[in-house]
Amino acid sequence: MFADYSAAELTSIFAMQGFAGLSLFSVFVLMALGLAIIFGQMGVINMAHGEFMILGAYVTWLTSGFFSSHLPGLFAAYFPVAILLAFLASALLGGAVEWLLIRHLYKRPLDTLLATWGLSLILQQAYRSIFGAREVGVRMPDWMMGSYAITDMIEVPINGLFVMGISLLTALGVYLLMYRSTWGRKVRAVVQNRPMAGAVGINTQQVDRVTFALGCGIAGIAGSAFTMIGSTGPTAGQLYIVDTFLVVVFGGAQSLLGTIASAFTISQAQSTMEFFLSGSMAKVYTLLVVVGILMVRPQGLFASRIRH
Amino acid sequence: MTALRNLFSGREVLYFLLLAVLLVVVLPLALDAFRLNLTGKYLTFAFVALGLVLCWGYGGVLSLGQGVFFGLGGYCMAMFLKLEASDMASTARQTTPGIPDFMDWNQVTELPWFWEPFHSLTFTLLAVLVVPAVFAFVIGFAMFKRRVGGVYFAIITQAIATILTILIIGQQGYTGGANGMTDLRTLLGWDIRTDDAKQILYFLCVFLLLLCLVLAHLILRSKFGRILVAMRDREDRVRFSGYDVSGFKIFVFCLAGVFSAIGGAMFTLQVGFMSPSFVGIVPSIEMVIFCAVGGRLSLLGAVYGALIVNLAKTSFSESFPELWLYAMGALFIAVVLAFPNGLAGLYSRYLEPLLDRGWANVRSRAVAVPPAQEKTS
Repeated sequence: MFADYSAAELTSIFAMQGFAGLSLFSVFVLMALGLAIIFGQMGVINMAHGEFMILGAYVTWLTSGFFSSHLPGLFAAYFPVAILLAFLASALLGGAVEWLLIRHLYKRPLDTLLATWGLSLILQQAYRSIFGAREVGVRMPDWMMGSYAITDMIEVPINGLFVMGISLLTALGVYLLMYRSTWGRKVRAVVQNRPMAGAVGINTQQVDRVTFALGCGIAGIAGSAFTMIGSTGPTAGQLYIVDTFLVVVFGGAQSLLGTIASAFTISQAQSTMEFFLSGSMAKVYTLLVVVGILMVRPQGLFASRIRH
Repeated sequence: MTALRNLFSGREVLYFLLLAVLLVVVLPLALDAFRLNLTGKYLTFAFVALGLVLCWGYGGVLSLGQGVFFGLGGYCMAMFLKLEASDMASTARQTTPGIPDFMDWNQVTELPWFWEPFHSLTFTLLAVLVVPAVFAFVIGFAMFKRRVGGVYFAIITQAIATILTILIIGQQGYTGGANGMTDLRTLLGWDIRTDDAKQILYFLCVFLLLLCLVLAHLILRSKFGRILVAMRDREDRVRFSGYDVSGFKIFVFCLAGVFSAIGGAMFTLQVGFMSPSFVGIVPSIEMVIFCAVGGRLSLLGAVYGALIVNLAKTSFSESFPELWLYAMGALFIAVVLAFPNGLAGLYSRYLEPLLDRGWANVRSRAVAVPPAQEKTS
């Protein structure tokens, strides 16, 4: 399959596909970070994670609409506002869901899975009723359009760079929060030993709620970033949920580094293969390899050494 | 006789007979041919729900990929029927006569090797049972031997369902793609599209379902059933007592897979097509809700659950398509939060004590009446 291309062309193909993979990687990282926090730290399977992401996307879409009709002068700068709003909206909804639903089910992880699946169905239909079944696209500010030419054969789109920047910043933020702040230490304490953490005065219920809300909020940021590279529909979230869970499990559920590494591996493999095979077969092979590896090494790439 | 009595309690026999009478006598008399066929279609999902009761309710292993086995069974059957429908006479106008129409549309010029054996009905029927069992064995062996369970197992089975769906849709020339295999006509020359044929297929489906119910009941009543429950509740204790936990899990997962595949094959026969929309994550999770609504610990409940949820789905989406997803979502949440043992749980908690009391009253009156009669005469 390589024979038809010259060496220079192959390099450019790999570079360009590599970059397309990086955009996919950015969205994967953002979605998987939220899941890794919720699943890795709390052991809760949130099947509605994709719908929290779509909420962020719709919030971004609404914000861009608001800016273009009421504040056209500031349109170039709407995106940071949109990200913040998307984060808040998803985090608030997440907190509410934790209070209403999840906290009753901490002892029954499989039931959480079913309940959040029900939640995802309700949210999908709600989006369909409110925003319509058609996909919506966000108008980007001018400075995000176009691409940046590195050589005459390799061009990278600016919106892709921007999305990558967001995901790096978010990953850094999560790292600082989890490993360098008092709150993060509390979360890790609760993960390692819940009764003991409660005994030394940590409010474990509050930690749970904020953790869940934070994970959902990051999904909101993911949705916001998602609007930069694709359009949003009511069921778009469901398309990504299995991939994202695989990313988290493949990386080793409790390791942030593992999550990022596995998001990188999976997205790169998929987008590089996509150029040579059809899109669907590229995905089949990628998923098969991931499932195959997980069968041999169920703890994932970066297993934590905590014993339960 | 006592051995039989140990296996079936009087009440279980009664409930089983009630269900059998409902399916064999009441529904065929009450429904027209179209509705009866629809009921038959719902019952094919009851096979899956039945498998899930064993595997999830008693074994504690939640598979979110039962659609895979449903699909494997259904596709095996569909391949046989499709080959029979693509004889030389009816495909004479194709570029390559004698192969299924969708292959011809996709520039496939000869029958792929894995299609060849499906010319034989015996092979097909064997394949319906063996292919899913082998597939389930491979998955189960890889996962359970490494003590992967619970949530991880659910995610992996989901991923497998996704892979299979993408594969079927992507490989149009070999599988019929997103449309699936349609236009299935005859089974060994017997037209399966007529009302009479559909009625016979319905009774065949009911017969197989009742057979599976008895089999599942016998399994749960055996020592195996006890170990299954013990394993679900305290896996390490069972392991420390010297049992090979993974072996039992693999077996129950394979059994659930085979049940689903029988359902899938009956689906293809009764509905006349098979498509990837019954394989992926969404249908697979829906099948779990049939089982959860009926009651994850009740074999009969699984049948009622499949019937009721599907009936609700059909009537809801006929009249209020908007509301169906809300109702379905609410059902998922309610069944988990409010009544985790489903309809069977509600029945044994609220209705059964009432019935018992009523029955006891009737009986005491029946005992009290004869002496009174003697006095008057």
